[in-house]
Amino acid sequence: MPSDYLPIAVLIVLATAVAFIAILIGHLFGPRRPTVKKSDTYESGMRPIGPGTRRMSVHFYLVAVLFILFDIEIIFLLPWAVVLREIKILGLIEMVIFVLVLLVGFVYAWKKGALEWE
Amino acid sequence: MTLDLILFFGIAFIAVVSAISMLISRNAIYSALFLVLNFVAIASLYLLLNAAFIAMVQVTVYAGAIMVLFLFVIMLLGAERVETSPSLPWQLPVAILLGLVLVAEFAYVLFGKVAQAGGELTGVGEGFGSPASVGRMLFDQYLIPFEVTSILLLVAMVGAIVLTRDDRKGSR
Amino acid sequence: MDTRDLISILPLLVLAGWACLLLLIDLFVPRDRKSITAILAAIGISVALVINLMQLGEVRQAFNGMIVLDGFASLLITLFLAVGLIAIAQAYDYIKRRGIERGEYYSLLLFTLCGMLLMATAGDLIVVFLALELLSIPLYVLAGFARPQLESEEAAIKYFLLGAFASGFVVYGIALIFGATGTTALDGIVASFAATQENPVLLLVGSGMILVGLGFKVAVVPFHMWTPDVYHGAPTAVTAFMSVGAKAGGFAALLRVFLAAFPELSAAWAPMAMWIAALTMAWGNIAAIAQKNIKRMLAYSSIAHAGYILMALPAAANPTVAPEALRAVLFYLFGYAITNLGAWGVVVAMEKAEGGGLAIEDYSGLSNRRPGFALAMALFMLSLTGMPPTVGFIGKFYIFRAVIDADLIWLALVGVITSLISAYYYLRVIVVMYMRSGEPETRSESWLNATVWLTGLGTIVFGIVPGPLLALASQSWLSSLVP
Repeated sequence: MPSDYLPIAVLIVLATAVAFIAILIGHLFGPRRPTVKKSDTYESGMRPIGPGTRRMSVHFYLVAVLFILFDIEIIFLLPWAVVLREIKILGLIEMVIFVLVLLVGFVYAWKKGALEWE
Repeated sequence: MTLDLILFFGIAFIAVVSAISMLISRNAIYSALFLVLNFVAIASLYLLLNAAFIAMVQVTVYAGAIMVLFLFVIMLLGAERVETSPSLPWQLPVAILLGLVLVAEFAYVLFGKVAQAGGELTGVGEGFGSPASVGRMLFDQYLIPFEVTSILLLVAMVGAIVLTRDDRKGSR
Repeated sequence: MDTRDLISILPLLVLAGWACLLLLIDLFVPRDRKSITAILAAIGISVALVINLMQLGEVRQAFNGMIVLDGFASLLITLFLAVGLIAIAQAYDYIKRRGIERGEYYSLLLFTLCGMLLMATAGDLIVVFLALELLSIPLYVLAGFARPQLESEEAAIKYFLLGAFASGFVVYGIALIFGATGTTALDGIVASFAATQENPVLLLVGSGMILVGLGFKVAVVPFHMWTPDVYHGAPTAVTAFMSVGAKAGGFAALLRVFLAAFPELSAAWAPMAMWIAALTMAWGNIAAIAQKNIKRMLAYSSIAHAGYILMALPAAANPTVAPEALRAVLFYLFGYAITNLGAWGVVVAMEKAEGGGLAIEDYSGLSNRRPGFALAMALFMLSLTGMPPTVGFIGKFYIFRAVIDADLIWLALVGVITSLISAYYYLRVIVVMYMRSGEPETRSESWLNATVWLTGLGTIVFGIVPGPLLALASQSWLSSLVP
């Protein structure tokens, strides 16, 4: 039923409202007296060099991929946990196999140094 | 019924607007953020269809994890600002044509089903897409696909590491 | 679920478990002794092969119909595992020589094989899709294994993008079929459609999309554009495996899905498959003529052969010809695998460390330098053309006969004419090897040599005595077709 999700809807509306209000208040009441120096790019007092955005390391990508994969694993745990009492020991074994396979991946990633930051 | 309708049109409006905004944003990061909004709107539509589990997956996996990956890739490629990318000459007509085909297909399915059911469509039961019913299906009928998924995830992990890590220096 | 279910997929279980273990074991194998990993992988495949051979002839369903074990599946699993063994032998020295030796190579190979095994036994479209992904994803990685070499990276990204696109077609097709019939089980689809005759349009569009998606995988025209680039850029040992394993896996799914799930729609898909087959044979063979690089030539040759194999599908749509067509296609897949792996083995041996030695001209004078290799290569070329007394001739003969028996005479005619055209570029290799003088650089690596001798022997032996293999193929039924 849609009404079951009413609290979530209220929360979403509130969160959005707070975010907007925070920006709006800053915008309305904050003093703005821009000078050339102030609106210049700030780089710890140094003269800015190169473009403002820099290429990120490919390592971020690897971390994101690992995150997705384990995220999906967690997703599968939820329906399993809900029905564990019905599917009994067989369900437990099934999930243990699933987690073990992913554990292989985890150990592999660990030993390969994919989780280290150079 | 009317509440459902109002909710549906509200959410559908958000979904369509965010999808269009995603397409016309010049900054790839804005596009990605609009896509997040679009994913959340679609998730709410799933909720209206009694598919609670899919809605949750949509938010955690798509709006969460996959969007993080998208953002990283955008920043990795330094593609935040695409200078009016040269679009292929036939891109727009083909896109419009394919879109029309999709609309026609949906119309066919929808009206075909309505005609078949004699005017009124009945929705699925309330517990249809709940985590519990998904779990019951997954760990019985769909056991093999479930376990194969774990191997698939493992392979994806190995592939990502093989293709990004430089093996010659440092670790084994 | 009970133990019988588990026994039905025992080869797959062994292989998957072994692949996971190998991934872990490899972490502790020193860099300069990766041969250990290769040998362990080969042992795993052999164990699975033995188990599979023990199960030959059993017919049953497992896991609520998700898995179908029948003669068709068992025979194809035998093929896949044998191909896997040869692929390891061919890669063994090659990846050392190229400086890309890493233990993951063998684990990924095993995972791909798992995908192929699952493909052959799939009894449900969901399983077909997962098997397709499990088959493809490790291959994307293997194609890019020579990273950071640009050609290999290009091959990986092209293969990945088009493969993902193709998977999209398959999964959308499955969704439409589920929408039309309310089930994804192959036998359920037939039963549901036979009972209600509802939604033929959705079912038709869905099956068309699956045809397109799998068409990408097996590289038939017009879904073949990626093939030359990917086959050319990928490390040669990977290409050899890909051109046989991935293709056979794709055809396993194509045959089972279309013959088991959509027999009632054959009036619609049979002509489509017919045209695709004709186009593929024509274009693959004509485009191959212009190629100067042997890898690209063999890539187009593999496209052409996909066309010959696909000819069996419209023939099998005719129920009376189905057994004959199925037997022909199984035999052809075996013959093609043996011949093609041999030909690629010679290419692997001829490739220089920097990726040179791949032009057809580089084969000049091979008959003086390595008469044995030249003879084997000549044999493979004759077999790919379809000349007696090779296995390629027998394979084509039975395929053509099945097609003619199904009253598709013009299709058989296209096959014969394109085979004649193909003789031009296959025989050119023989001419270059025997008539031109040159000093080709070759290597002698014992495992690689063994695969070339073995496949050469297979090409000629099955060409002269095809009986046993044919008999085996004719017993290998799709369980859904058992009368």
